[in-house]
Amino acid sequence: MLHRTLLANRCACYFSPDFSGRFAAAGRGTGRKTLRVRPRWMGRRPHSPLPNRERVVTIAAKFEIEYLQYLDAEGKQVRDDLPAFAQDLGHMVELYKLMLSTRVFDAKSIALQRTGKLGTYASCLGHEAAHVGIGSAMKPEDVLAPSYREYGAQLYRGVQPREVYMYWGGDERGNDYQNEPARHDFAWSVPIATQCLHAAGSALAFKIRGEKRVAVCTIGDGGSSKGDFYGAINMAGARQLPLVAVIVNNQWAISVPRKIQSGSQTLAQKGIAAGLACIQVDGNDIIAVRKAMEDALERARNGHGGSVLELVTYRLGDHTTADDARRYRGEAEVKEGWDKEPMKRLKNWLVAKGAWDDAREEAWKAECDDWMDNEVNAYLETKTQPLSAMFDYTFAELPADLAAQRDATLAREQKAQ
Amino acid sequence: MAQITLIEAVTQALAYEMKHDDSVVVLGEDVGVNGGVFRATQGLQEKFGEWRVIDTPLDEMTIAGVTVGMAVQGMKPVAEAQFEGFIYPMMEHIACHAARMRNRTRGRLTVPAVWRAPWGGGIRAPEHHSEANEHLFTNIPGLRVVLPSSPARAYGLLLAAIRDPDPVIFLEPKRIYRQYKEEVPDDGEALPLDVCFVLRDGSDVTLVTWGAQVKETLEAADALAERGISAEVIDVATLTPLDFDTIAESVAKTGRCVIVHEAPKTAGFGAEIAARVAEECLYDLLAPVERVTGPDTHIPLFRLEMKYLPSVERIVEAVERTLAVS
Repeated sequence: MLHRTLLANRCACYFSPDFSGRFAAAGRGTGRKTLRVRPRWMGRRPHSPLPNRERVVTIAAKFEIEYLQYLDAEGKQVRDDLPAFAQDLGHMVELYKLMLSTRVFDAKSIALQRTGKLGTYASCLGHEAAHVGIGSAMKPEDVLAPSYREYGAQLYRGVQPREVYMYWGGDERGNDYQNEPARHDFAWSVPIATQCLHAAGSALAFKIRGEKRVAVCTIGDGGSSKGDFYGAINMAGARQLPLVAVIVNNQWAISVPRKIQSGSQTLAQKGIAAGLACIQVDGNDIIAVRKAMEDALERARNGHGGSVLELVTYRLGDHTTADDARRYRGEAEVKEGWDKEPMKRLKNWLVAKGAWDDAREEAWKAECDDWMDNEVNAYLETKTQPLSAMFDYTFAELPADLAAQRDATLAREQKAQ
Repeated sequence: MAQITLIEAVTQALAYEMKHDDSVVVLGEDVGVNGGVFRATQGLQEKFGEWRVIDTPLDEMTIAGVTVGMAVQGMKPVAEAQFEGFIYPMMEHIACHAARMRNRTRGRLTVPAVWRAPWGGGIRAPEHHSEANEHLFTNIPGLRVVLPSSPARAYGLLLAAIRDPDPVIFLEPKRIYRQYKEEVPDDGEALPLDVCFVLRDGSDVTLVTWGAQVKETLEAADALAERGISAEVIDVATLTPLDFDTIAESVAKTGRCVIVHEAPKTAGFGAEIAARVAEECLYDLLAPVERVTGPDTHIPLFRLEMKYLPSVERIVEAVERTLAVS
């Protein structure tokens, strides 16, 4: 709807796309101002051809992006309206435990890679709140279309650490998740952001069949630059599909920082162009992540359309084990990332409530170590697939031409043995 | 029974399968109310509604990716690329996901989808509307690449493509969309994929082709017959997986092989067939294999396009060269 509004030109600073400190504020917590989008057509103030006095402009649309946070970096609660799940301390302890086991799992994976027992591995260090928040909010019947480091969400949905090891250890069976509900989730998607459209297609299938299910895709800040992401949210908006697109903004797309990834003030607001609900969330605060996810999932499930969530977090590790982040970012920044990391704040909050302590932490870590050792052993004991596996899954039935290639390959292998 | 054209056979197959299988949906640009720019989906939205005949946003990448997602959820989407020249933005989803989903998940997830596209030149269309690029798909494992060349084969092969549990690229030779009509019973009978069709028996030379070039190749065979030369004509129909046995048997009989396609020559699918003939039929050959193809150029805009496409004369000349050897 069009409506006419008086705007004072001096207000332009309020809308400025150069709003300074927008990212610093994201992790800082309290006192963050709600941003308003300065429409692009207004241009930058110094170049405005209009005199510096009140003028009449017509506003076609106006937007605001909410920022959500419950716990600051120290674990201090910054608002009182805790969602229901967060009032259940037993449940919050369970979430903390899974975040901790995700971190133990991640460290184990890197150790495996460093000792030559795993190929390239993409670490999730620092993303525990974002990933566990996503996974724990979803219902079993929903579908997750991840990129390639959302282990916290996937472990929650039944993916086994040994499957992660198998995938990065060069065995396709790692993608054949054995446990529901992960069994009906998508496998890791290496081509950036392509999974967004697979989630949109899933959401379209759910809508056509009248199923109350939601498709969730996760991408990084870099992934939100890709056409697949824009295409997916556009499709979801055009057809009001049950899609929740979660941007896990960890500030780095390998070596390219968030600030030159996009001129958009927030990544969340990209969803506005598609007609979706948008919110920016402290991605290191699991209560905020889980709450924003629950709201988005409920909206989608009830036919009210899709959402874009931006979870602001920080990639504490290298992009993958093949990367060396020291080449492109300074220590001060990483230290700041550690100051805001997700485990400490939740632990402080739980300890203050009397729900957790160091003894329990050590006990759980020991349990996680046992679990991961068991998974590592299962992985290391897994025999390499027979050579025929290279052929057997190309088509539902092996075509004659390909069968001949398989037979020749197997015959050669047999002769060599 | 009514006689129908190739494009009407496409519509008939889509309508049949949508009526008998609720999981079949059609999606693409202008496929709904407008019935597709060539009218391949004419009347389908009226019959099946806007959630089964889906007008998508104008983004080929979206169409391709959404198709993968729907197929993984157990639907059988039939996506339309409006023209073959617009299929490039779809290729990442076809190559990186549709074609390898079964393999990379060890059969846990599959993509039983079809991508249809009006293919090839010769209709005086604008730039980017006349591409023949089947060879870009034939080198992708896990894909079927199918080109029908008659109304009956369009009907039967499209039904088979939709029912196939793996992804199929279904390229429709738009130059012969309305070339002629034939009786095509709407009986839901699919034709087999992965087999070549021998359209004409012969003993002197084997002509191997697909798509719209079946027209010129059959005309060349007629012209050769008038001169007492007996040409066998094979419509490959499913390029990959290739039924090479049918070609090999024919070459064993004739000793000569001429491959005809309109895509550029170098690394066109004719190169694969020629290589297979060299590998497996060398001692049957009485003459070198000939290829009659488009040159390694972009298909020109329409004033020159018919000079680009293989003609009856070029096919006859190639056959004459193979006969001159022995």
